[in-house]
Amino acid sequence: MIRRLGKRFMLHLDPPLLAGLGLLTLASLIVLYSASDQSWLQVGKQFLNILVAFGALWLVANMPLHYLLRSAVPMYVLGMALLVAVALFGEISHGARRWLNIGVATIQPSELMKIAVPLMMAWYFEKHEATLKLRNYFVAALLLLLPVALIARQPDLGTAVLIGASGFYVLFLAGLSWRVMGVLFAGALASAPFAWKYLLHDYQKHRILMLLDPTQDALGKGYHTIQGMIAVGSGGFLGKGYLNGTQTHLDFLPERTTDFIFAVYSEEFGLLGNLLLLALYLFVIARGFIITANASTYFTRLMAGSITLTFFTYAFVNMGMVSGILPVVGVPLPLISYGGTSMLTLALGFGMLMSIYTHKKLVKT
Amino acid sequence: MKRHVELKNHQREIYYFRMRLALGVGFVLAMLVILLGRFVYLQVVRHEYFSTMAENNRISVVPIVPNRGLILDRNGVVLAHNYSGYTLEITPSKVGDLEATINAIAQVVDIQPKDRKRFKKLLDESHDFESIPIRNRLSDEEVARFAAQRYRFPGVEIKARLFREYPLREDTSHLIGYIGRINDDDIQQLEDDDQLANYRGSDYIGKSGIEQSYEKQLHGTTGFEQVEVDAGGRGVRVLSRTPPVSGNSLQLTLDAKLQQIAVQAFGDYRGALVAIDPNNGEVLAFVSKPGFDPNLFIDGIDSDSWDALNNSPDVPLLNRILHGQYPPGSTIKPFIALAGLHYGTRSPSYAINDPGYFMLPGSSHQYRDWKKGGHGRVDMFRAIQQSCDTYFYGLANDMGIDNMHDFLAQFGFGKKTGIDMEGELSGLLPSEAWKQKRYNQKWYAGDTVSAGIGQGYDLVTPLQLAFATATLANDGVAYRPHLVREIEGVDGHGGQLVQPEAIDLHLKPEDVALVKRAMIAVTQPGGTAVSASAGAPYLIAGKTGTAQVVTIKQGEKYDASQLSERNRDHAWFIAFAPADKPKLALAVLVENGGHGGSTAAPIARKVFDYYLLGKVPKPLPPQQGTGEAEHD
Repeated sequence: MIRRLGKRFMLHLDPPLLAGLGLLTLASLIVLYSASDQSWLQVGKQFLNILVAFGALWLVANMPLHYLLRSAVPMYVLGMALLVAVALFGEISHGARRWLNIGVATIQPSELMKIAVPLMMAWYFEKHEATLKLRNYFVAALLLLLPVALIARQPDLGTAVLIGASGFYVLFLAGLSWRVMGVLFAGALASAPFAWKYLLHDYQKHRILMLLDPTQDALGKGYHTIQGMIAVGSGGFLGKGYLNGTQTHLDFLPERTTDFIFAVYSEEFGLLGNLLLLALYLFVIARGFIITANASTYFTRLMAGSITLTFFTYAFVNMGMVSGILPVVGVPLPLISYGGTSMLTLALGFGMLMSIYTHKKLVKT
Repeated sequence: MKRHVELKNHQREIYYFRMRLALGVGFVLAMLVILLGRFVYLQVVRHEYFSTMAENNRISVVPIVPNRGLILDRNGVVLAHNYSGYTLEITPSKVGDLEATINAIAQVVDIQPKDRKRFKKLLDESHDFESIPIRNRLSDEEVARFAAQRYRFPGVEIKARLFREYPLREDTSHLIGYIGRINDDDIQQLEDDDQLANYRGSDYIGKSGIEQSYEKQLHGTTGFEQVEVDAGGRGVRVLSRTPPVSGNSLQLTLDAKLQQIAVQAFGDYRGALVAIDPNNGEVLAFVSKPGFDPNLFIDGIDSDSWDALNNSPDVPLLNRILHGQYPPGSTIKPFIALAGLHYGTRSPSYAINDPGYFMLPGSSHQYRDWKKGGHGRVDMFRAIQQSCDTYFYGLANDMGIDNMHDFLAQFGFGKKTGIDMEGELSGLLPSEAWKQKRYNQKWYAGDTVSAGIGQGYDLVTPLQLAFATATLANDGVAYRPHLVREIEGVDGHGGQLVQPEAIDLHLKPEDVALVKRAMIAVTQPGGTAVSASAGAPYLIAGKTGTAQVVTIKQGEKYDASQLSERNRDHAWFIAFAPADKPKLALAVLVENGGHGGSTAAPIARKVFDYYLLGKVPKPLPPQQGTGEAEHD
């Protein structure tokens, strides 16, 4: 009886992927304990975040695929409406207008768009699968650029870049021709000076400049990068040992439970720890690729591919930013950084991956 | 048909999709390799560099300032000591509106205009990030009051500190000197001496006197604490500690009570007195009057007090003992007499008939004796006893300036005595070569005549004259004068006695004996300083002298009552006692004191009486001064 219940519970979950996610979230709790200066309270909250996220994952995984397909348009429309609302009435915090007060809580609509945008685009391609023309790619690109522009204007460059990437992956996997991509790339390069002058905020420019030479402003804008690099570099091969990171515990690392948690991990566990973490991420990503490759429909293939590649992008951008090869754009380390929203968004994505994998199997049998 | 095409398309699409996906996988792997490369670069290749950076982040070296050594007199009387107290300090860079902040502080603790002026002066001299005291020596009540309102004053702190204090104030000001805040010049000097590291954290350095000359011994060795700090710079824990080594205490040769009696003996006169133990060169009294309150200088003197001291016609800041150069006047005569005997220019019995003036052969210019009409028949003994100018004019002329120069130089005239205090001047002992070099002029016979009575070009410091007197008292065996007797280790052990070596001038005992006898006669009836030894149970050997402030024209008569007080002659008296076995030799200068016998000699007598008999002239002044206004 219990075995049957357990089997039912596990029916739409993918054990390898689940194991990977479990290990990563376990790592999150361990690192957070150190990063938060051994605050059980914060670890407990993160544990709750993880529980909620896994609950959502289970729900989504058990959802039949057509539910997902059907939710694409309403979700996208709702997300766009909220983004416009944020632009008009959003609350300003730290110089950026990202939050919307809906009475009971403040929400960050850009977070919703991380799922809604690729979903919408995949839905659009699925709809026009039989008669795909260049025009369709153009429309899909528009579906992507509108929210990305709104989010970039908030300004939230990190999220804009990530959503832009997730949408681009959909376009890429949907077969956008190389020639168009070449033209787009050239266009992007050509418009870069324009973007630099008119689109980027001063602080964003600073962060990019600081990447080129962080020592220029060691106590100002370059501080994050320098302290992150010091933490990682001083970790060495084996690390300083759990709870022994001086950069971490003497307060030199900024945002060390969220965006810079990788520096904490890297300082205490060293290169060996980094290899282990990369291996874990690679395992999850590999599993995502397998699911993608075996997905049965156009929509699910695009969606699974985008989710997998976006997950990797999160990890890469965060680790690249902490180790000083990418500008500091405020992207959390997926599944490790403290925070419920990003954890939930990621879980929804993985829930979809599992749903795609398990429902396909059910269809086959 | 349609179905077939669809199927075909489907397969092709899956193929294309998997191609694209494979590219995605390749992209992921490439990016992972980049990340990995970055990790290896940071964590292996540049690990050492970043480790150092992390350590530098983490560890801050905090200096621990050593306690400055004490300065004691030969009997253990404290002349400079430290006491702990509180100061209120402002770090200008952390304070927005300085003026407003000081006004606000003034409502909590007492801030005098004097404090504000001093703060302003220090502010101009310092760097923004240093903390500067606005008030020193806060009372416990003020500390408590400020502590309660501290939140109102970011950048303003109460600091516990050791303060330096000089209990004898002006009485020892020129001897002990003072410490003051380290300025840019001091930093440069410390850098040149490779001492800057040892002064990390130190605010003060010796600026004058013993405090300056023995800075190295008094300062001590700075200790260090390695402190782990957080990003805010707050200390989290101490990793290691190298304790500071306190500065050595100095025991001076000075007798503080003798010093005070000497100061007292001057009354309202300005001048200087140096008393030396002729048997070893120890300086027992070191008086330059007027003095000043050295305590004013420690934390930067306020501009009013500074102006008052600096512009006073009494020049209280001048250390007359080392920096005052005066014509020796007749005090030079015993030494010239010795020279005359040494070179055989005069025999003891050779006598002249003094008409009251001297004339060079072939000249009508009269070099007058101080006594109108002259002293009659004068040999060397009487010439010293009565300070006969005519006798010494002739002697000098016969001896020649270069012989005179060479002989007097042995007694330390014209060069530094080598006392253990910085900045000593060397006076002036003229010679033919000197005049040629200095003025590009020939030496005239008349120059020699004037030099015979210590006028003309000759200049001495009171210290030089005291040193020469001590050497004479000790029968021509000289000991370099010195102020520090013992440099004590922190715990009072490992003391290092200062004992300069004796330099024997090899004078003929009978020459010395004659001059000494004549000097005893000076203080006996018939001499020029009878008042010096009246009723004394011991014998005093001495010599009076006057140093002209203004030159009296040929044919005019010096009349003290006609001259304004500041143009009157300076009075000299050199002496040693007991004359047969000298224990103390001294030189007294009384500025504008007129005649040595009447103003300078009584001061010497009081000093001898105390030193030899323990006799205290008047009730002693209290050990501690009564207030800052005292030196006015």
